[in-house]
Amino acid sequence: MRVFVPCDSAALSVGADEVAAAIARIDSTIEIVRNGSRGALWLETLVEVETPTGRIAFAPVTPQDVQSLFDADFLHGGAHPLSLGKTDEIEWLSSQDRVTFARVGIIDPLSLYAYCAHGGLVGLRKALELTSEGLIDEVTDSGLRGRGGAAFPAGIKWRTAAQATSDQKYICCNADEGDSGTFADRMLIEGDPFTLIEGMTIAGIAVGATQGIVYLRSEYPYAIATLQKAIDIARADSWLGKSVLGTTHSFDIQIRVGAGSYVCGEETAMLESIEGKRGIVRAKPPLPAVEGLFGKPTIINNVLTLATVPMILAQGAAAYKARGVGRSLGTQVFQLAGNIARGGIVETAFGITLNELVNTYGGGTLTKRPLRAVQIGGPLGAYFSTAQFETPMDYESLISAGGMLGHGGIVVFDDTVDLAVQAKFAMEFCAIESCGKCTPCRIGSTRGAETIDLIIQGVRVDENKKLLLDLCEVMTDGSLCAMGGLTPMPVKSAMINFPSDFTGAAR
Amino acid sequence: MKYSPFSQEAALGLLATLREEKGPVLIALQLMQKEFGYVDKACVELIANFFNKSRADVHGVLTFYHDLRTTPPGDHQISICVAEACQAVGARELSKVVRTKFTDETSDAYCFGNCALGPSVMVDGKIIGRATLAKIERART
Repeated sequence: MRVFVPCDSAALSVGADEVAAAIARIDSTIEIVRNGSRGALWLETLVEVETPTGRIAFAPVTPQDVQSLFDADFLHGGAHPLSLGKTDEIEWLSSQDRVTFARVGIIDPLSLYAYCAHGGLVGLRKALELTSEGLIDEVTDSGLRGRGGAAFPAGIKWRTAAQATSDQKYICCNADEGDSGTFADRMLIEGDPFTLIEGMTIAGIAVGATQGIVYLRSEYPYAIATLQKAIDIARADSWLGKSVLGTTHSFDIQIRVGAGSYVCGEETAMLESIEGKRGIVRAKPPLPAVEGLFGKPTIINNVLTLATVPMILAQGAAAYKARGVGRSLGTQVFQLAGNIARGGIVETAFGITLNELVNTYGGGTLTKRPLRAVQIGGPLGAYFSTAQFETPMDYESLISAGGMLGHGGIVVFDDTVDLAVQAKFAMEFCAIESCGKCTPCRIGSTRGAETIDLIIQGVRVDENKKLLLDLCEVMTDGSLCAMGGLTPMPVKSAMINFPSDFTGAAR
Repeated sequence: MKYSPFSQEAALGLLATLREEKGPVLIALQLMQKEFGYVDKACVELIANFFNKSRADVHGVLTFYHDLRTTPPGDHQISICVAEACQAVGARELSKVVRTKFTDETSDAYCFGNCALGPSVMVDGKIIGRATLAKIERART
């Protein structure tokens, strides 16, 4: 008899460990599998029971509910107010198109047996049969673009690094998921870490790199622990190490833990940080693919980019690019966050509308108050109003609408939000997290926060709004990286889409 | 959380484990903090000498990263996420209340990746979702 209780830190944050302990206390013969989360986070702790006809879900379960679950014979799918029926038939989940997240929530994240039983290592085995060129062609052909936010075609980056000649090349996985409202990297690492290891191994083979590094933020202690265990298991299983799955390829992975700096998610600041220095942004060129970590050719990809590669190889580029719209091909792992009734992971093809995500999946606000604003793509992303809810969620449509997809996080706010305060926070956050190398970001952010403060206080509002827009232009055009360059995006979008919050009159 | 008392000998013993690492300064500082709870000011010179760096190099790294602290921590550490997703569900207000009650232990943080179940708080390394003052107090004991 197997019962699944998630070990994802979102589930732990609402008592999953206590639920697991309560079940074990009542019947110690039950095998409790600690799976990742299915991504329906408002249902955590979501407990599943394996039955001959499939897994049955009970949610949200608290430790106090456990006795009544046993009383209702939940182990055989008995009727209970918390029963949601078969997990596979919960529409919120079944209507999604899980590719990158195919195994997350299904398996024990640290069971290599379960991983392989659910299609793991098929992509790597296929990669080992291909030439470097054939492998990169497949990734290029899939249309996969960088999921960290920059949306640069992965195959082109890989080709650049493959063509560089060097005694050492690196694969760096950017797991410094600092954007508020995003948690897909964390959930993937906690729920299916072998997929990331497999994707990094494939990237290493493709470009001739033997060392992988995952830069993982310190705010994710559970993800660090899970990934380290997974790496150790992969090493013991002769997957990582001198001979990848018995071939002549060599590849290993090391974790470097961040130290609480947002700007270290910028790829060149990340390289500096891995080199043990202050996380100061580098000027580009040279591109990291040519001259990156310790001056060597380096591929830097986001967790989701790398974790999607095994599926692309296993199922073929054609199957992946059959999904999506325009130049945004494949699936995107959207993350619904903030003041939202049904928050969590929605993986689906690009092109779904904002309305479908926020209202159909998300169910509107948690507080049941009217929804007023959403911020898409993290602290550097734009604030949208409900008037823009028919915008299709793909890279190009969002740019046309004055925003960006970023890492796919959507933060919902109800009608108590004051967008001038949010705009001020965007500038303050930039002031706190700026690496300090370029003036528009370092000084502009502080001046920006001060100017917005004057607008809030009603001091020379029109004049200060003009000044603020001028400052935004300087930051956009004059900053070295996206930190200063994109901070104006939330500020300007708030001013344009919510002008009534910038009149200086108290709300 | 329990930490070892700082000593130069213990610090040097730990640094020796990093001899083979490339770019060791940040991980050396992180290791000091993990062991002793903070980075003692003597560590700057120790690390500089051990890895043949200037003291300015080490000081620069120490002062750049928010995680690194140069004073011993108290018995409890409460970090409250005050980034946008948690702001949307009242994190600013929660931070004020918790700071008033646990002034010396509380710090603001930006995102624990628990953005669908905010406000999110880390209490002594344990994540709390849908956090309230009562939940924080329970986790703290």
